[in-house]
Amino acid sequence: MKHTLFAGLIAAALAVPAYAENYTIIAPAAPGGGWDQTARTMQEALQGEGISDTVQVQNVPGAGGTVGLAQFVASSQGKPDQLIVGGYVMVGAILTNASPVSLADVTPIARLTGEYEAIVVPAASEIQDIGQLIEKLKAEPGAVSWAGGSAGGADHIAVGQIAKAAGVDPTQINYIAYSGGGEALAAILGSQVTAGISSLGEFKAQADAGTLRILAVSSDERIEGVDAPTLKEAGLDVSMQNWRMVAAAPGITDEQKAAISADIEKMVQSKTWQDALATKGWANTYLAGDEFKAQLEKDIATTETVLKDIGLVK
Amino acid sequence: MNTFDFLLQGLSVALDPMILLYALIGVTLGTAVGVLPGIGPALTVALLLPVTYGLDPAGSLIMFAGIYYGGMYGGSTTSILLNTPGESASIVTALEGNKMARAGRGGPALATAAIGSFIAGLAATVLLAFVAPTVVKLALVFGPRDYFALMVLAFVTVSSAFGESARKGLISLFIGLALALVGIDQLTGQARLSFGVPQLLDGIEVTTLAVAMFAVGEAMFVTGKRDAVDDEVIAVKGSVWMTAKDWARSWKPWLRGTIIGFPIGAMPAGGADIATFLSYAAEKKMSKHPEEFGNGAIEGVAGPEAANNASAAGTLVPLLTLGLPTTATAAIMLAGFQQFGLQPGPLLFATNPQLVWGLIASLLIANFMLLVLNLPLIGLWVKLLTIPRPWLYAGILVFATLGTIGANPSPVELSMLLIFGVMGYAMRLYGYPIAPVVVGLILGPMAEQQLRRALSISQGDLTTLVGSPVSATLLALSALALIVPLILRARGKGAVLNQLASDED
Repeated sequence: MKHTLFAGLIAAALAVPAYAENYTIIAPAAPGGGWDQTARTMQEALQGEGISDTVQVQNVPGAGGTVGLAQFVASSQGKPDQLIVGGYVMVGAILTNASPVSLADVTPIARLTGEYEAIVVPAASEIQDIGQLIEKLKAEPGAVSWAGGSAGGADHIAVGQIAKAAGVDPTQINYIAYSGGGEALAAILGSQVTAGISSLGEFKAQADAGTLRILAVSSDERIEGVDAPTLKEAGLDVSMQNWRMVAAAPGITDEQKAAISADIEKMVQSKTWQDALATKGWANTYLAGDEFKAQLEKDIATTETVLKDIGLVK
Repeated sequence: MNTFDFLLQGLSVALDPMILLYALIGVTLGTAVGVLPGIGPALTVALLLPVTYGLDPAGSLIMFAGIYYGGMYGGSTTSILLNTPGESASIVTALEGNKMARAGRGGPALATAAIGSFIAGLAATVLLAFVAPTVVKLALVFGPRDYFALMVLAFVTVSSAFGESARKGLISLFIGLALALVGIDQLTGQARLSFGVPQLLDGIEVTTLAVAMFAVGEAMFVTGKRDAVDDEVIAVKGSVWMTAKDWARSWKPWLRGTIIGFPIGAMPAGGADIATFLSYAAEKKMSKHPEEFGNGAIEGVAGPEAANNASAAGTLVPLLTLGLPTTATAAIMLAGFQQFGLQPGPLLFATNPQLVWGLIASLLIANFMLLVLNLPLIGLWVKLLTIPRPWLYAGILVFATLGTIGANPSPVELSMLLIFGVMGYAMRLYGYPIAPVVVGLILGPMAEQQLRRALSISQGDLTTLVGSPVSATLLALSALALIVPLILRARGKGAVLNQLASDED
């Protein structure tokens, strides 16, 4: 009798909504950054909407997320309750750091949010539009100094792409790397550099206050509330998005992957998530399944080409 | 309305009982995490962010600011009593503070740290209210070449301030500079000296090195001379409180620390650690008792502690006026602002004056709370020193290890703690000063990056380094600091200096 009860309990436990997991999300960055905030917003939405009972966020900072990624790949094999947040910056970091693990070693689930790049100059600059900046760049690439985030990151890659699209040798660009868009902002506002490039969100408040001029954005279409053309309109075939994604552990089954994808989709559609995106000013660029996979592969290929062009990857 | 009216209005917001409660929770938590190893204010605020989602924005932000200020207070306690600085800003405090504690003057050391923090916090918060827009304009004038010149000045003044022998001090400094090369080069993204170990890609963590050299190295050193006569620690000699002489020797360093700390904290690439180094060097130069430095000079605690709190307030200048976080905690506070749909930046003062002035007023109140909270605790803290030495050092080792693992859970980090601990032991054994190693690790990468940025912007033109008034002035000051002693010596007035030099080696 006892045994039947026990067996029954196990059966019941196994039958409980297939994979209502208590997720652990690895944020491969220090508290406060974009990936950490993404992970904590997911935590809030997954718990708040009752998709998962308890969600833990663990920070494993270091080297553009590659330290966290390596630890994730090593310790989560086949575990369906382990997730990792990542993003475009990781694609570049994996290549420049010659990371032993790559995004091919995890199970990408979906792209969640994204930010477009903005090219800015201080309000006092003589450069009025993107055309003038490109003219300067063509005339003397080294004389145009660009302040942006870390070397080999999204900002650096964007400058490389712009140079290439303008017919300028990407190895000639004078990119001044700062630890983030914020520190670069100080250099731009202080007119220490010619131009700045980073996520639009880093510059929006200054642009609204009239201390910075946005010359162009890296989106496909114009962005509402931003008085600047796209790079494509300016005749440069560059379109990029600094996206953030969530991935699951390597070696999970197709059913487990489907269950996680379903949970994430439910989360993305929830009010908590949508509200959070609105208050944080993150664009909803949700993309899942094969479409995401194709986009990811394309981004990895483009990034590798650009990093080789710039000379950061041999 | 002028600034003063705004501040009064802010005080009326801050005196709301609920807001007072948030501020109290903030400073209490801040003090606790400052004392405990492994969890700093940044992590605490990050953990609290989701919790505060549903709360009142003003209250939560005030609580965060309280944690930040509280952490700065609490950090000095472990530095002074246990020689385990939990963050880079309290490394200098450990130098003189711990010496004082071991001479039975732990009480006055803690008191001068607490009161200095209070005065600096108060003065800097008032400065924040009145001069934030001006300071931020000045800070933006600082370009890479100016920062580089500031680093040069820091190197010159600091390397002469630490240790008795210039030769040994420089050797220590260069060990630190060499260690600073480990990790990804920020300007090219290429790894240096990381030997394929991913944990080394981000370089050597300053607090790991500091805790290893100070705490682990010292525990080994003490154990190593176990058979020698045990110079018993005197827990308390004289009063726990500051004497009239202590007050007389502390008030000027407090003010000087504030003046050094606030602007450096307000600089986008400044930082509390540099402010504490400069303050320490300044106090040593100006002290009437330079011989006490290295043996527990109260000025060496008062100045740097005031400097680190003033720079914490300074950090809020670029955060509030530019939306520019310059420390990890400020970055998370920025996330906190954004969580409530507020964008710190040039428009924040215009769009949310009530919140900004409420925050500034709360900081003033939080400062009073911290003083009231911390002073009575001093009597309790110094009792820690009455613990028998073997237990105390065992406790320090546990504390140091927990702190390191807590901040960065990896075997590599733990190995570094042990290796640097042994290195600290060896250096102590042969009389090499330890602080310059840490200084090199902190200042080295900053100086290198700023120099390379400056040269990159000028496309390799070296004259750019003296091309701005700020950089030229700072470099001239550095040159003076180097040359004046040489001239004095050459003109025969160097008898004293020569005497000192021959005593050194």
